[in-house]
Amino acid sequence: MTVELQDRGVAVCRYDDLLPELGVRALVGDAHVAVFRTFDGAVFAIDAVDPFSGASVLSRGVVGSHGGEPVVVSPMHKQRFELRTGRCVEDPSRHVRVFSVDVVDGRVFVGAGAATDQ
Amino acid sequence: MYGELACGSAVHSVATAQRRREVVKFISHARNEAEAIAKPWSATLAAMDERSSRRLVVIGDGMVGHRFVDAVVQRDASRVWAITVLAEEPRPAYDRVALSSLFAGVTAAELALPSPKRDAVDVRLGEAAVRIDRDQREVTTSNGGVVGYDALVFATGSTPFVPPIPGADAASCFVYRTIEDVAAITAAGATAASGAVIGGGLLGLEAADALRRLGLRTHVIEYANRLMPMQLDDGAGEALRLRIEALGLDVRLGAKTTAIEVRHATSQARRLHFEDGGHLDVDLVVFSAGIRPRDELARACGLAVGERGGVVVDATCRTADSHVWAIGEVACVDGAMFGLVAPGYAMAEVVADRLCGGGDATFADADCSVKLKLLDVDVATFGDAFATSSGALSLVYANPVSGVYKKLVVSDDATRLLGGMLVGDATEYALLRPLVGAELPLPADPAALLRIGDGTGEAVGSGALPSSALVCSCNGVTKGSLCAAIADGAREIGELKTKTGAGTGCGSCVPLMKAIIGDELAAAGIPISKALCEHFEHSRAELFDIVRVTGIRAFSRLVAEYGRDRGCDICKPAVASIFASLGAGHILAGEQAALQDTNDHFLANLQKDGTYSVVPRIPGGEITPAKLAVIAQVAGDFGLYTKITGAQRIDMFGARLDQLPAIWRRLVDAGFESGHAYGKALRTVKSCVGSSWCRFGVQDSVQLAIDLELRYRGLRAPHKVKAAVSGCARECAEARGKDFGVIATEQGWNLYLGGNGGFTPRHAELFAQALDTETLVRLIDRFLMFYIRTADRLQRTSSWLESLDGGLDYLRAVIVDDSLGICAELDAAMAAHVRDYRDEWQGALEDPAVLSRFVSFVNAPGADDHTVQFVSQRHQPRPATATERTRLTDQEAIR
Repeated sequence: MTVELQDRGVAVCRYDDLLPELGVRALVGDAHVAVFRTFDGAVFAIDAVDPFSGASVLSRGVVGSHGGEPVVVSPMHKQRFELRTGRCVEDPSRHVRVFSVDVVDGRVFVGAGAATDQ
Repeated sequence: MYGELACGSAVHSVATAQRRREVVKFISHARNEAEAIAKPWSATLAAMDERSSRRLVVIGDGMVGHRFVDAVVQRDASRVWAITVLAEEPRPAYDRVALSSLFAGVTAAELALPSPKRDAVDVRLGEAAVRIDRDQREVTTSNGGVVGYDALVFATGSTPFVPPIPGADAASCFVYRTIEDVAAITAAGATAASGAVIGGGLLGLEAADALRRLGLRTHVIEYANRLMPMQLDDGAGEALRLRIEALGLDVRLGAKTTAIEVRHATSQARRLHFEDGGHLDVDLVVFSAGIRPRDELARACGLAVGERGGVVVDATCRTADSHVWAIGEVACVDGAMFGLVAPGYAMAEVVADRLCGGGDATFADADCSVKLKLLDVDVATFGDAFATSSGALSLVYANPVSGVYKKLVVSDDATRLLGGMLVGDATEYALLRPLVGAELPLPADPAALLRIGDGTGEAVGSGALPSSALVCSCNGVTKGSLCAAIADGAREIGELKTKTGAGTGCGSCVPLMKAIIGDELAAAGIPISKALCEHFEHSRAELFDIVRVTGIRAFSRLVAEYGRDRGCDICKPAVASIFASLGAGHILAGEQAALQDTNDHFLANLQKDGTYSVVPRIPGGEITPAKLAVIAQVAGDFGLYTKITGAQRIDMFGARLDQLPAIWRRLVDAGFESGHAYGKALRTVKSCVGSSWCRFGVQDSVQLAIDLELRYRGLRAPHKVKAAVSGCARECAEARGKDFGVIATEQGWNLYLGGNGGFTPRHAELFAQALDTETLVRLIDRFLMFYIRTADRLQRTSSWLESLDGGLDYLRAVIVDDSLGICAELDAAMAAHVRDYRDEWQGALEDPAVLSRFVSFVNAPGADDHTVQFVSQRHQPRPATATERTRLTDQEAIR
């Protein structure tokens, strides 16, 4: 692993392996991270652990939009989480971490730490 | 006792408007009297209070007696009253109003009235009261028993009147009042070719319908010069006659039967003779010439009876003996008797109120409104239908071609609705009846209240009703109560029924309830949206049609052309289900995979810790020991928790996502396939063991269950679909708790539709009976396909049926009579489903792209998932709680 790679985070998969609106789960350090490619081609990464149930399932949620914002819906009890901010639509006081994402040479890198802590 | 839906007999006992006015007059007079005598009764109550319990004896277990006991039990929370019911009939109270439904396939058992809180009530079936000693306050019963009382209530009802003419006692002469009468008529009908009903009133026409359904050439003989003379005027009677004769019945008006000629050999009726010298040959006769109150016990113990019979009571339904009351058809309120169920219920409530110290209720409103379908003809009358009020004006619309007659009666200044009469089309009844008596100005042209002609007139909405208007007269629910329930969150007819009880009696107010929901929500600015979600304005049924007609099988295109943005967890799985129902290949193929929620996506059921459960199909619940061993082996090898489900199969819990393909490889190799426990799809067809083993079974329920389960396996629907087959009437498979249930009889299969367990349990209703297997399967095919096409998302068949205008009858028209002309399409759709079915798990195992998604971490496939940990409980694994998980992880760290 080179410095460059460490700067960019962990390489989790090839961009082409991500199917639109179908999440995958990756291990980034200790963190379970859910990685999504939205329909417009953007890639987002948030915590995979659903803060309501404690189960590591957000990567398996249905991806869609709410008021134009991309969201994933927890498959456990249907709370929506905004992919850009990690904010829970149903309960804005709850949120998941958002990780930085880079796509370089067809590979997807997820930042080792949370991109935001809000 | 006859009631509002198929409202009653009452030939002479329904109060005419004239009499009704007298009743009202009497009641206001009696109210003063009642207040005067209320004091001694209160004193009696007070004296009784010192006893630990008071004894209430009810004579008669008919509809009114039953309602009365319910009302007392409901009010008497501290169980002050010890209740004894003395019932002459051998069976518990049943819905006599629906007697004619016995000819439409309903069973006698299904007519039974619900008795939710009867544990503490001593109901003595087949034990009649034979003597009353009012001094000792004791009733002697037909068993020789003696029951003491503090309050005695007559609810003995009435008996049909058979005119004293020669031959009236012939073997093939019947009356029409009890389940036993219906059984006798049915038996006699089997060998008869023709029948006559003597009496063309409400009940007589019901009886005529019964004869028609038995396939007899049917004659109606009425002494008056029109049908239903007590309820209808000449014009309305004429419209009804036209309609009925169009059905092939023969109607004779102004005909008085003087004798019945009897065949000597068989004692069967042969010929009716009329006063005018004419005659008519028939094989069977049903008398429906009025009713007589069952007041003989009351007479015998010295209570006053009316001029034409009936126990004389005041406006509180109490006799001159302060311990004795009378309600229903046997009660005579100032010479007036009521042969309808609604006034009887009102009396029951009055007496229950009085006995339970509920205040000063009086029987003030003899609501003799009637709405029913007689021989498929809508008939309704309400309020002052004969325009007897001073200065009353009548507006009449009559169309002799179509057999429609509508009359509104309004006040002399045309500002208030007083009553009306509707024949042939009674659509307006639900709205108009509550308008009677309400203080509100009519529209400028009262005729606008009738939807006549092209319907361009400004119709009056439910908003015109004051909140005090009684919408459901069966259960006494006002518009105000409905509005409160709507404000409280009720949005659908089913919720409104549950919350208020309205619409659960005769059901005639349901259209008005729907209108009120619409108007109230609109008034509150709550859009009544059928939109599936924020991405589609369409309902699920509309989307289904769009997909079906356009052939679109890609969500991206559908949402781009018909929706907005990118969809959500509501519309995506709904559209995926529609695609699956219409046959779009494997549910995980291509773009479809991203539409499925997690259960469908991984073909397993998500559990609380993120693991999945696995359910192989076990058709009909039948499984060989060898296959059981496979399940045991697989569960053992993968460390899965096993549990037998309620649907007669085995659920294996605790499988990690990445284990699912290996588990299923083993199961598929052993001949198992997906059980679709994860899908909004057919789940199982449960069965009892059936005639192969059971000494009671009459048909092979297991074989049919297996056949049905294999036929409908994998069929995606708006919600899960459950089914069952029972091999006999003992119903061990609980088929009536299913979306479709089949019960074997010696005559063939009976099909029940629209049941479910769950949050709001509901029994399925009998749809058709004595079916051969081919017909049965065709009906289920069409039922399922029609449901799949038209139901809302997550709408079970029960609420779907409830939402259909016309309910089960409408469904019958569509899938039996093909009224929409779609049966061929429905049949073809099911044929395509059966032809194209493939096991989803086998398909998944063959597709590397699909299999690649069953991975724990995309960048670390073998890594441990610390969020999934098990502890042992009762010798099996279960998910560790959060605390247990932390402890386990710590221990690992230490180690």
